[in-house]
Amino acid sequence: MAIVLIDGQEIEIGDDERLNGIQVAARAGVEVPHYCWHPGLSVVASCRMCLVETGKRDADSGEISMLPKLVPGCQTPARDGTVFVTDSEKVRQARAMVEEDLLIRHPVDCPICDKAGECHLQDYHFEHGRPERRADIKPFHSRRRELGETVTLFVDRCVMCTRCVRFTREVSGDAELMVVHRGAHEEIDVFPGFPLENKLSGNVVDLCPVGALGDLDFLYSQRVWFMKQHASVCAGCSTGCSIQVEENQDRIHRLKPRENPHVNQWWMCDEGRYGWKYVHDNARCLAPQQKTEGAWQPLDWSDAPAVLHAALSGENCSPENSPPKNSNPKKRRLAAVLSPFLTVEEAYLLATYIRQYDENAVLALGRIPQAGADESFPNGFTIRAEKCPNRRGVEMLLSALTGDVLSWESFLEQAAETPFDAVWITGGYPPVNGNDGAGEDVASEEEKSLATELPAGLASSTLIVQDLFDSALWRQADIQLPSAAFVERSGSFVNAGNRLQSFEWAIRPPAGVMTEGQLYWRLLDRDGLYNARRVLEDVAREHIAFAAASGEIPATGRDLLLNQLV
Amino acid sequence: MRWNLLSEFEPILLANIHREHSHTLRVYEEQGGYRSLKRVLADQPREAFRDLIKGSALRGRGGAGFPCGLKWTFLPENHPGPVYFCLNADESEPGTFNNRILMEEDPHQVLEGLILSCYATKAATAYIYLRYEYPLAYKHLQSAIDELYAAGYLGDGVCGSEFSLNIYLHRGAAAYICGEETGLIESLEGRRAWPRIKPPFPAVEGAFRKPTVVNNVETAACVKQIADRGVDWFRSLGTPPDPNNPRDPGSFGPKLYCLSGHVEKPGCYEAPLGITVSELINDFGGGVWKGRKAKAAVPGGISMGLLTADELDCKLDFSGPGKYGCLGLGTAAVVVLDETVSIVDFLHNTCRFFAHESCGQCTPCREGTSWSLKMLDRIRAGQGRLLDLDLLLEIGDFIGIMPGTTICGLADGAAWPIKNAIRKFRDEFEEYIKRTNPTGYMETSPPLALELHSIH
Repeated sequence: MAIVLIDGQEIEIGDDERLNGIQVAARAGVEVPHYCWHPGLSVVASCRMCLVETGKRDADSGEISMLPKLVPGCQTPARDGTVFVTDSEKVRQARAMVEEDLLIRHPVDCPICDKAGECHLQDYHFEHGRPERRADIKPFHSRRRELGETVTLFVDRCVMCTRCVRFTREVSGDAELMVVHRGAHEEIDVFPGFPLENKLSGNVVDLCPVGALGDLDFLYSQRVWFMKQHASVCAGCSTGCSIQVEENQDRIHRLKPRENPHVNQWWMCDEGRYGWKYVHDNARCLAPQQKTEGAWQPLDWSDAPAVLHAALSGENCSPENSPPKNSNPKKRRLAAVLSPFLTVEEAYLLATYIRQYDENAVLALGRIPQAGADESFPNGFTIRAEKCPNRRGVEMLLSALTGDVLSWESFLEQAAETPFDAVWITGGYPPVNGNDGAGEDVASEEEKSLATELPAGLASSTLIVQDLFDSALWRQADIQLPSAAFVERSGSFVNAGNRLQSFEWAIRPPAGVMTEGQLYWRLLDRDGLYNARRVLEDVAREHIAFAAASGEIPATGRDLLLNQLV
Repeated sequence: MRWNLLSEFEPILLANIHREHSHTLRVYEEQGGYRSLKRVLADQPREAFRDLIKGSALRGRGGAGFPCGLKWTFLPENHPGPVYFCLNADESEPGTFNNRILMEEDPHQVLEGLILSCYATKAATAYIYLRYEYPLAYKHLQSAIDELYAAGYLGDGVCGSEFSLNIYLHRGAAAYICGEETGLIESLEGRRAWPRIKPPFPAVEGAFRKPTVVNNVETAACVKQIADRGVDWFRSLGTPPDPNNPRDPGSFGPKLYCLSGHVEKPGCYEAPLGITVSELINDFGGGVWKGRKAKAAVPGGISMGLLTADELDCKLDFSGPGKYGCLGLGTAAVVVLDETVSIVDFLHNTCRFFAHESCGQCTPCREGTSWSLKMLDRIRAGQGRLLDLDLLLEIGDFIGIMPGTTICGLADGAAWPIKNAIRKFRDEFEEYIKRTNPTGYMETSPPLALELHSIH
């Protein structure tokens, strides 16, 4: 066990841990300001904001000898007996000077800068800078140029930390960004004709400690201090990146990656980053309806339990009385299709509900949307071809409940052989727009046909369809229930690496929509409001595959295969 | 041994340069060239030769004066992969041209030293990083290398021995920072010449992530002379170590001094280390130009700072200028300023150079050099304030390796002239500011920037 001294405080670090001064200080609750250092990138030690004093404590005598000069904390490894002083007068002077240097050519256009409020230059200036300007005052000017389709550069705001340049070299591997010119003329730029257009390019905006790199999608759409941050999980693919949803008054403005060493480190892909637009799409299904004698009638959510009871059991019950439980005297054959967009909790609740009516109800896994092939980047970040967040979770639940996983295709075959009396199909799929923006056709044949025609075998069943957008299935349904988007749900997704991550809703669903969890909760006649945490406890207790999910789930999720004999 | 009249000192490094076709192999061999190389390759094991150079206490001639033999011993023993040797010919310190003379007039002396150095360090590949602005040196070096390949001195089995060496001549693209050894290596690898963080030092991990030695051109020439004449001859020249300073390895050997500025006979002169500035000016340079008085002199390239007229008895060895508040001997390029020179103009020009040449990696150097230039611009435009001098001193004290604020040592060189000039000539700066800005010199509020320079 190595002991490091931070401002006189003794901090223990593990023998195999390789930490630098900034990281050790953070453990002691001391923030060492820094621009160029980032845990996910190589160390350049060029911004010189993290200068600290360092020295060594002799193991035997306990005597401390300090180095005469300052050293960058990011580049100084912490070993047993290393001493760091981060609050001496010398360190404060150095920080003030670096901060002053960085502001000499900075336009100080905070009032019109998107970064204001979350800008390191701003924060550090308040904390470590000088109260007044000593350099010559110069007229304001701020140049801007586009680096690519999604990222814009405010040239004069840059502090030359080169995080973005290193990111494109070390993480995305495309190396589009570079430093041009020399000395005080230095700028970040792309080579003419080679714009910044890799699939991780949005990360450079998050990396930028100042307002130099702007996200064209987010630019000028919201001041950052108006937004609330919600920890969530991206539903774009089965990697399941930990994300942060930033919204104001139930309107998303941007998604940002959330650090998770087990899943996405510090990054997320542009597909996920800009993939939330359908949540606010006007074409979303918003009203529950039922078909009575061939005509659509609006369905009130309070009548839904009775209507669904009738649809599943074939017996009417008056809307005033709550439907009797477990009553299926006609022994109707039922099925439910659990979409890979459902959370584990929702899938469990729906399965429980259906099985109240028919103990042998067929449970199937919903269609798995696929696009292209898995795409890996030099540092291991992967964008998966499986464009749904919870295939593993639903599969594990299905094999726990039925001993087998029935795929969508097999389910359709089964339905074609012996039609079901009633089928509940859940969706939650983002709209199929046919191309991914680059002109490439990503919609599979199956997706296209689903948008137009109903699969054979379902025509004679009573169809309950729960989805986000209009489709052939939706139009053929007997009962239409609008679905919630991933940011509106609460629950847990299990990603391709068997890691279960729980999240709470970030925004409320649009008027007219009841989230799946809340609806199933009500159908099962549970008290109060849907509580994903309690449902997950039930799942963990009942099914060994989910045993690891009991107790508090950490922000970085929990590996379901951990400590299990598999 | 001490010469009464220094100009009688018989040049050794420069012995060959006045001969006709001195840059050709034929002339060089007629003067006994490559005899030492053949002898060393035939009889002396590489360890013995390395220890010979180490015992000579030869210090690097590039500026920092690091003991050359010691640098070689930092290479890992029995390294399985290749070891590279870089000859730093990116001579860009203002006032310095000694390497240029050697490369243009006597490239074989440099190459023989280089081959011997590579032999001692087990390097099978050597790169000469040549500054772009030396086209004649490029031409002569390249033709000399071609001659060596043709004569069997390079390639597989140098002079019939088991030692093989290839030398590549690489031209830089004209940047001061490429003279910094890790900047040079980065540039050699095809990247932006941003100096690397040390450690690891190049001897452990240098060019292409392999152990690398970076030596100066004149150092290589000295290696050749030591091989020729022996350690005793080398140690008979120069200044012995200071007995009061156990860390001082002494300053031995001949040195090429570049004398320029206001002297009657500027040029590159050879003398033993440890002559004084006034000896150099008077014995070699024929005195200050037009019989004027010297006001100041730069001891070793402008980054080393200034010596005032009273300090010209400063000894030009590796520890001499440091005693007068200068950064060090540097490249031993003495620039003489006579009494007509305005120190304000001198400092302005110096700052302009460093603002232009700062590589821009570390914040304090990138911003500090351009800030000081902007301030001096304003002072020269008649809008200076006395407060600016304190600010300039503060900037000067903040930039550099010693306060720990930069990666490479060149930032010290950018800061040193600022603090040296202002500390030593503060009266002149104050007088200048008061004279040119009689109404505003006491102002303290931040002034409006001039629109003189395009530095934004």
